[in-house]
Amino acid sequence: MTPLLSVYNLTKMYGHRVGCQDINLDLYPSEVLGIVGESGSGKSTLLNCLAGQLTPDRGRIQFKTRSGDVKDTLTLSEPEQLMLSRTDWAFVHQNPRDGLRMSVSAGGNVGERLMAVGSRHYGHIRTTAIDWLDRVEITADRIDDRPTSFSGGMQQRLQIARNLVTGPRLVFMDEPTGGLDVSVQARLLDLLRNLVRDMGLSAIIVTHDLAVVRLLADRLMVMKEGQAVESGLTDQVLDDPQHAYTQLLVSSVLQA
Amino acid sequence: MYVAVKGGEKAIDNAHAWLSEKRRGDKAIAEIGVGQIREQLTLAVNRVMAEGSLYDPDLASLAIKQSHGDLIEAIFLIRAYRTTLARFGKTRPIETTNMACIRRISATFKDAPGGQILGPTFDYTHRLLDFTLAADSETSVVESQDMSDAQMLPRITDYLNQEGLIQQEIQTGDEPGDLTREPLQLPAQRDLRLQSLTRGDEGFILGMAYSTQRGYGRNHPFVGELRVGGVVVEMEIPELGFSIEIGEIEVTECETVNQFTGSKSDPPQFTRGYGLVFGHSERKSISMALVDRALRWAELGEDNVGVPAQDEEFVLYHSDNIQATGFLEHIKLPHYVDFQSELELIRKLRCEAEIPSRDEEES
Amino acid sequence: MNEYNFAYLDEQTKRMIRRAILKGLAIPGYQVPFASREMPMPYGWGTGGVQVSAATLTPEDIFKVIDQGADDTTNAISIRKFFQKVTGIKVTDKTIDATVIQTRHRIPETSLTEDQILVYQVPIPEPLRFLEPYETETRKMHALEEYGLMYVKLYEDISRHGAIATSYAYPVKVEGRYVMDPSPIPKFDNPKMEMAAIQIFGAGREQRIYALPPYTQVVSLDFDDYPFEASKADHVCDICGSSDTYLDEVIVDDQGGRIFVCSDTDFCAAQQSAALESSE
Repeated sequence: MTPLLSVYNLTKMYGHRVGCQDINLDLYPSEVLGIVGESGSGKSTLLNCLAGQLTPDRGRIQFKTRSGDVKDTLTLSEPEQLMLSRTDWAFVHQNPRDGLRMSVSAGGNVGERLMAVGSRHYGHIRTTAIDWLDRVEITADRIDDRPTSFSGGMQQRLQIARNLVTGPRLVFMDEPTGGLDVSVQARLLDLLRNLVRDMGLSAIIVTHDLAVVRLLADRLMVMKEGQAVESGLTDQVLDDPQHAYTQLLVSSVLQA
Repeated sequence: MYVAVKGGEKAIDNAHAWLSEKRRGDKAIAEIGVGQIREQLTLAVNRVMAEGSLYDPDLASLAIKQSHGDLIEAIFLIRAYRTTLARFGKTRPIETTNMACIRRISATFKDAPGGQILGPTFDYTHRLLDFTLAADSETSVVESQDMSDAQMLPRITDYLNQEGLIQQEIQTGDEPGDLTREPLQLPAQRDLRLQSLTRGDEGFILGMAYSTQRGYGRNHPFVGELRVGGVVVEMEIPELGFSIEIGEIEVTECETVNQFTGSKSDPPQFTRGYGLVFGHSERKSISMALVDRALRWAELGEDNVGVPAQDEEFVLYHSDNIQATGFLEHIKLPHYVDFQSELELIRKLRCEAEIPSRDEEES
Repeated sequence: MNEYNFAYLDEQTKRMIRRAILKGLAIPGYQVPFASREMPMPYGWGTGGVQVSAATLTPEDIFKVIDQGADDTTNAISIRKFFQKVTGIKVTDKTIDATVIQTRHRIPETSLTEDQILVYQVPIPEPLRFLEPYETETRKMHALEEYGLMYVKLYEDISRHGAIATSYAYPVKVEGRYVMDPSPIPKFDNPKMEMAAIQIFGAGREQRIYALPPYTQVVSLDFDDYPFEASKADHVCDICGSSDTYLDEVIVDDQGGRIFVCSDTDFCAAQQSAALESSE
């Protein structure tokens, strides 16, 4: 099986400071990869480079498109990149405000990607939006409300619906449960796990929360100071950490 | 039967006649001469020349007279006239280092070669109405003592430059753009930004500059040097093969020295903002320098903190008072066709929402 | 100094404007930047249209100017007088006689022909401006055909009001490519834009020219299940009796009594004289 995404020697510097360095990874279809590390470890830099929101200094990123071609995403033209980002790819931000249009209704937020790729039937757009709101446990009567009137957890679920509505093949998530209360986190995690399972999503999730990856990720990559220090199956890494830093990370969570 | 409104043409003629009567005012009072405006309202004349982008005190004075003293209207007259002028060529860059200064001050050094020259300034006047001016006589003119001749003076920022403490301005030799001949395309380079600022509305540029001082993009400016005086204008004549002096103009130049802590590519050093304006226009040139400096954030690797003065599109698209006043005042023009369609839409939407109209409520 | 060049602008400037017009015609609906000049009337009062007309008019042309559909509105008079003064060409208020028509806010009711040019005055040429204030962004959106946001606006209208709440300056898509602002004409006029005449749009303050060659496809944006409707007041003209023209509502007495009359004064007058002749 060919990977959906392959990354070779990806490096991003901020002046003399390392963002992330010589990262290599493969992501297979329907696989969820977790990237963990403390803040400043380079995991968000890596995610932003992968998703085309930052330009790396070195390295290659190959993505297998719907048609089966393997393309280097760093050399894609701007229209091709845009097309990817509104069809095959999705990006869930930590802060829902960064991923939602706060002055547009919930229905409009979910419908935007549909309209961007050519949906021109109001009724169909609305039906699809209601269906997706339901899947993220938002009742249909909130469809015309703006996200400003939603709680943080609801905003995050709306952002997820807005991203998944076009059936993306690869989802990037940046601390999707960050900034939420613990009880709200649990509900969101449960929801994400079901969506990932039902849709067979391929995803890369960046988080500092080992509970999130334990629940969602098939495989794990541990980052420290811009480098990948350890990677492997999630259970294996968490239950039998090899690198001293991973051991520290796991034990600190266990103590907490 | 209803007949559509007519008579617009006659109404316009009458309006113009009335306007010209208003301009003249009470005929018992002597009419103001263009020469009087040029000589006695020089700062108004300077502003009209600067924002009209045309250095001609006589025409600017005429425009002020014709516009009843409405300076934006006067600037408009000058711009509309300027656009019809054939372009013979362009002058060599003026050399402000060789300026014959009537005023030159620095806030960064107590003294410097050439000294601080106050010149004709309001700075230390007490803003008390001088009722002696109300009497139409010449008695209130005080002759200035020891008015030294205009002089050529070294540049203050050059002293900082010798030590390498201030960022070097690189002479690129590129032909500067011309806003009046090419459409403004964004992002703009510094040449176009400076051109836009120097002919921008004084009030707008002042407001933008003030906002940076109040924390909306602070850049800690010092007035490195402010100089006012005459510079010669030279033009290269292809047939002669050398340049000749074609005249002299008065300009105000301000260089600010700004704090800068360094970035990933540059060591800590001072940076500059630059203002250059036709005539004696200190407020404008200092404001211009502050806004110029704020707009240089990208070039200097600073953060965009999202304030208006850092936003090139915001500043450049809204600085021109002729564009602004025209668009603002155009809402006086009839819009009844659009208003009609809005009326119908509102009625239709209310009807669909089943809100009873007032008539129905009453009946 | 009363000697101005024909049509006020110098020949170099007119050539520059003509190049922009030709580029606009070659890429229908695309906004071509041009170095707009200061004109002797204020920005926002038709300087874009005036510059396009100045670059388009020849000494043989017959010129008509309308504002709100009427020849006798003050700004139309002012622009017409300006061109009479600086060109000496013939002017008319008859749509069928004119070769160049400059308009603000209306398209004449009489169908235009291949021998005519319609020049629009445009205040804000960018249809995406009120969704995205930055020019650098909107130009990119046009380049990438990123028009999803435009539909989000229409979607929001329907979800809130049950209808698309845009009644003038209603956005259109040109030849399946560029989304274009038709200038603030009432949406009643939108279907007329697929016409035989050349249409040129001038925005002076915003320094943009765009154009539609004859018979260009112009589609008003809508949803399949909420189709575009070219609506007007549900009345007939109280003067000429026309039932298919755009109507102005005029308040005629202190009690707020009102009548509806054709906004296109030339068309209305022609209908009246035709009715008079047939009755004689």
